[in-house]
Amino acid sequence: MIEAGDEARRTAAHAARASFGRLVSLLAAANGDIAGAEDAVGGALEQALRTWPSAGVPANPEGWLLTVARNRQRDVWKSAANRTRSDRDLGEVPVPLDDLDPEDIGDRRLGLMFACAHPAIDPAVRTLLMLQAVLGFTTADIAAAYGQTPAAVAKRLVRAKHRIRETGIPFSIPDRPAAPARMQAVLEAVYGCFAIAWHDADGRSHQEPDSMAGEALYLAEILAELLEAEAEAWSLAALIAFSLSRAAARSGPFIPLEEQDPQRWDQGLIRTGEAYLRRAGMLGGPPGRFQLEAAMQAVHSARVHGAGVDWAALKTLAQALVVVAPSLGSRIALAAIIGRVDGAEAGLLILDALPPEAGRLAAFHATRGDLLARCGRIEEASQAFTLAAEREKDPAAARHLRLRSRG
Amino acid sequence: MRYMLLLHYPEMGTDVIGEEAIAAGQAAFASYAAALQAAGALIAAEVLKPSQATTTITHQDGVPRIQDGPFADTKEQLGGVFIIEAAHLDAAMDWAAKAPSAQWGAVEIRPVATHTVAGVWTP
Repeated sequence: MIEAGDEARRTAAHAARASFGRLVSLLAAANGDIAGAEDAVGGALEQALRTWPSAGVPANPEGWLLTVARNRQRDVWKSAANRTRSDRDLGEVPVPLDDLDPEDIGDRRLGLMFACAHPAIDPAVRTLLMLQAVLGFTTADIAAAYGQTPAAVAKRLVRAKHRIRETGIPFSIPDRPAAPARMQAVLEAVYGCFAIAWHDADGRSHQEPDSMAGEALYLAEILAELLEAEAEAWSLAALIAFSLSRAAARSGPFIPLEEQDPQRWDQGLIRTGEAYLRRAGMLGGPPGRFQLEAAMQAVHSARVHGAGVDWAALKTLAQALVVVAPSLGSRIALAAIIGRVDGAEAGLLILDALPPEAGRLAAFHATRGDLLARCGRIEEASQAFTLAAEREKDPAAARHLRLRSRG
Repeated sequence: MRYMLLLHYPEMGTDVIGEEAIAAGQAAFASYAAALQAAGALIAAEVLKPSQATTTITHQDGVPRIQDGPFADTKEQLGGVFIIEAAHLDAAMDWAAKAPSAQWGAVEIRPVATHTVAGVWTP
């Protein structure tokens, strides 16, 4: 339950994260030093917590934070310069941030996101970088969500930030023709934030302060607002909103999407998802991967309005998805839908045509088990569900699969 | 920022690829250097003689050891370097992608840490 106090805390947490990302992107863009910017902004936020309760919140809190952070960074530079330069040079310490106007901070987080998802950065670390630099999650938070040790996560983050600074990765929006591919990398990294947060969420409301899944939606919304005319950015925000709407239905034992009670879904988030998807649709152009995935989620979410699942629409979308973003996952999803529209045998034919590595995926065996059961091949279905349960990482889903393997 | 582009590629002599391909490669490098120069990005460029001409010196137990051939005897060899000025890695990557030898080898982009001006190290 969300109470008034929670609402206030959530607003405060959001505001702090928003300020953190905006200020870090501004400071880091000046010299490429994300770690230094995070330290300076973190220090300024601490100072605010100490002084604001007694001195009062300044009229322009972000401007105040920028000024304090900039002074802290300047002190660091001066002491670094102290170690390497002779005294007579000290007056010439360059202060690249002096021309920043605390009254007009603007929003350069998009540039920071493009730096985090730069092709010269290991794809596996891009999402971690965004969680930290744009949203201000601590190394410990991220390590917990990823199921890794804080030391291992810290090592990867430090290395990536060092690399951004040393190689001169820009904090800007790339020019065409590189832009589409670079944007795809940013979208994927934001989607990665959501995927990992979702795995961690375990039925917690996205409205809880500090819910990482909720912040991933917020990140996708920032990206969509900054990229405005980009249908895939709005579609990604829609996809995350639809998925989050079912967070409450995920608490307790695993229930497959089709069997979930739509009354347990968050109607506000479904409306948000629908609005974002409409916006993406109005931008025109051929639908991309996220638009198709969000549209498929919208079809499922339509049950909240009392409609049944429109399997024919799902089939069209899934077929398009296989063309736009061919992956084992999208082909397995298509097989499941074909199995409902054209009969279980038709679905099994698609699964049989997949390359052997599909057998490593839980979804392959779970879908196969379901289609076999629909054909009345109970023994084979049971074996498939056992294989699926062995490969499923989510404990609740694995329990559900083991139950089905017993028929 | 200052970057060095290191051009690595398999060494192929005239006997393998023919006079015509060599001439085409030289023409491509001429226009590449001209484009860098016109953009104000070119600081220096060197194309190296084949690695057969390399002599390598190492010290072993304080005694210089002279080796006939390159330090690393690999299929791809360092064939040339371009030192360029670029605003950031994206700009350096654009230039690296345009290097003619990127068609038949690898181009490594290394930021320069320090360089000399009239014999004095300058950041």
